[in-house]
Amino acid sequence: MSFLEVIKEFHPKDVAQAIEAKGPEDVEHALGAKRLSLDDFMALLSPCAEAYLEEMAQKAHAITVKRFGKTILLYAPLYISNECSNSCSYCGFNVTNKIPRKTLTLDEIEEEAKVLHNQGFRHVLLLTGEAPSRCGLDYIEAAIRRIRPLFSSIAVEIYPLDEAGYRRLINAGVDGLTVYQETYDKDLYLNLHPRGKKRDYVWRLLTPERGGRAGMRRIGIGALLGLSDFRVDGFYTGLHAMYLQKHFWRTQVTVSFPRIRPAEGGFRPLSPVTDKNLVQLICAMRLLIHDAGLVLSTRESAELRNNLLPLGITQMSAGSCTAPGGYSHKADTAGQFEIHDTRTPEDVFSYIRSRGYDPVWKDWDTAFLSK
Amino acid sequence: MANKTQEDYLVINGRRFRSRLMVGTGKFSSPQVMMEAIEASGAEIVTVALRRVELNNPEDDLLKYIDTEKYLLLPNTSGARDAQEAVRLARLTRAAGCEPWVKLEVTPDPYYLLPDPVETLKAAEILVKDGFTVLPYINADPVLAKRLQDIGTATVMPLGAPIGTNRGIRTKEQIEIIIEQATVPVVVDAGLGAPSHAAEAMEMGADAVLVNTALAVTPNPKLMAGAFKKAVEAGREAFLAGIPEKSLKAQASSPLTGFLRE
Repeated sequence: MSFLEVIKEFHPKDVAQAIEAKGPEDVEHALGAKRLSLDDFMALLSPCAEAYLEEMAQKAHAITVKRFGKTILLYAPLYISNECSNSCSYCGFNVTNKIPRKTLTLDEIEEEAKVLHNQGFRHVLLLTGEAPSRCGLDYIEAAIRRIRPLFSSIAVEIYPLDEAGYRRLINAGVDGLTVYQETYDKDLYLNLHPRGKKRDYVWRLLTPERGGRAGMRRIGIGALLGLSDFRVDGFYTGLHAMYLQKHFWRTQVTVSFPRIRPAEGGFRPLSPVTDKNLVQLICAMRLLIHDAGLVLSTRESAELRNNLLPLGITQMSAGSCTAPGGYSHKADTAGQFEIHDTRTPEDVFSYIRSRGYDPVWKDWDTAFLSK
Repeated sequence: MANKTQEDYLVINGRRFRSRLMVGTGKFSSPQVMMEAIEASGAEIVTVALRRVELNNPEDDLLKYIDTEKYLLLPNTSGARDAQEAVRLARLTRAAGCEPWVKLEVTPDPYYLLPDPVETLKAAEILVKDGFTVLPYINADPVLAKRLQDIGTATVMPLGAPIGTNRGIRTKEQIEIIIEQATVPVVVDAGLGAPSHAAEAMEMGADAVLVNTALAVTPNPKLMAGAFKKAVEAGREAFLAGIPEKSLKAQASSPLTGFLRE
């Protein structure tokens, strides 16, 4: 049974109603449960649970420290292309936006990679828009092979591929795949993605499964927060994470919490997510899935990231630039969105240390994959 | 019953260790905190996840703190999903100049990190032939323990409970069989969350224990490491002294009918 069949059992309206209906006794039951049921998870996502935020945070902290210790894995995004044939309403790379476009050459990619390597990064996330004609699989594969000697772990956040495509990338040295569903609400999804391949909701929804079948070691999922009710999309994200954990038992699932940031095109969040909402979502996710990596990017402010550090987060990006070529040169291209935490990797590293956590540069080795 | 002597060493593949406590290096809040805990533990064997270190970089955060003159650095293959990966990792350590000792971990499930018995056995076979001193992490499976000993592993390391759970020795009856049948040191690894768990393992006759999470996630790792040190020593001494058998009936220390047997 694919996740498509699972999600069909949960209509967004029913999910929203069920979450709204949860009361204090449901939240208290969830807080006392050893393993959360889906009802418990809904209770923790409910408006009612806002009164229990501190208790949720304490529990989330305790579970995270037990399972991950006091460590935070650092990674950096590496944008190699901002060309895109989609017209996603919220994205700076939207094909209708008049921005300078660029796909880096292999030499330029290596130059960018060296900057990140010299900053200390050993985990890198390679990103593209969705323009297979300009930025095809051969090119992505060549980019991976070029930067492989510089990093211990290479993950990709690119347009969805078929299973064979992911196998090719794994053979080239990729160990992780990130793909956000953006929103799990199909009707809204179709509204937000008026044209382009990305309009295919099902193709995108089943991407993590194709990655899992291909043998990806880590699969990252998430909803873009601000598109839809965060409680409902949060529920689907948790449901999806649990599905992936059960069906791809050798793969580590990670969950990200990207909130919409200002970008070219001027899209404004349809359902704004407050800091308090974000905290609730992160804590609820940790209580649902104790062992999943929870990822926080530089979309959030330095101050908020500092405060979110002990609430369940296990991975953070630092010093990010979302424009291709932006690390080695002052970017003459456009980024996907505005970075909020603009601290250098060194500053982030020092801050994590000062909070009594160990910032980890390396937690993987390419020797696992080399033949 | 054995007697406590001054020469009570843990011997693994001919190498002697005074301490019967091994420690892991994951999950600590900083390398400094980790080293304070290791020193307080009195451990001489320190296991390091290969995926966490850059073996060829002396400035690596973890490696630069561990004095390899003082501690045996025992690389582990955690993260390996099958025998092939574990073997590759082990060989990598040797190529980088480490001693050919390896804690073999083949844990395809990233959540409970339970060891794969089939792949562990396969990897152990290859690595032993390759000249490695192999310390395999296993479920508490007596038959697997025997098979590993038969192919020449230097120890067996059954889990007390899944890694990081701090649940103590949940596999007691199986570990007792492993200890009874062992021809190599038995190291109880994983799940030991309190010094009393470590003492229990040692009282059962385990040769050593390995702890990590219990030290790393406490607010005072150094103090906890000292407590584990004492618990391991107490448990060992109790084992050597000979713990009296439990009895259902009360047995008076000065029996009233003893004269009838005189």
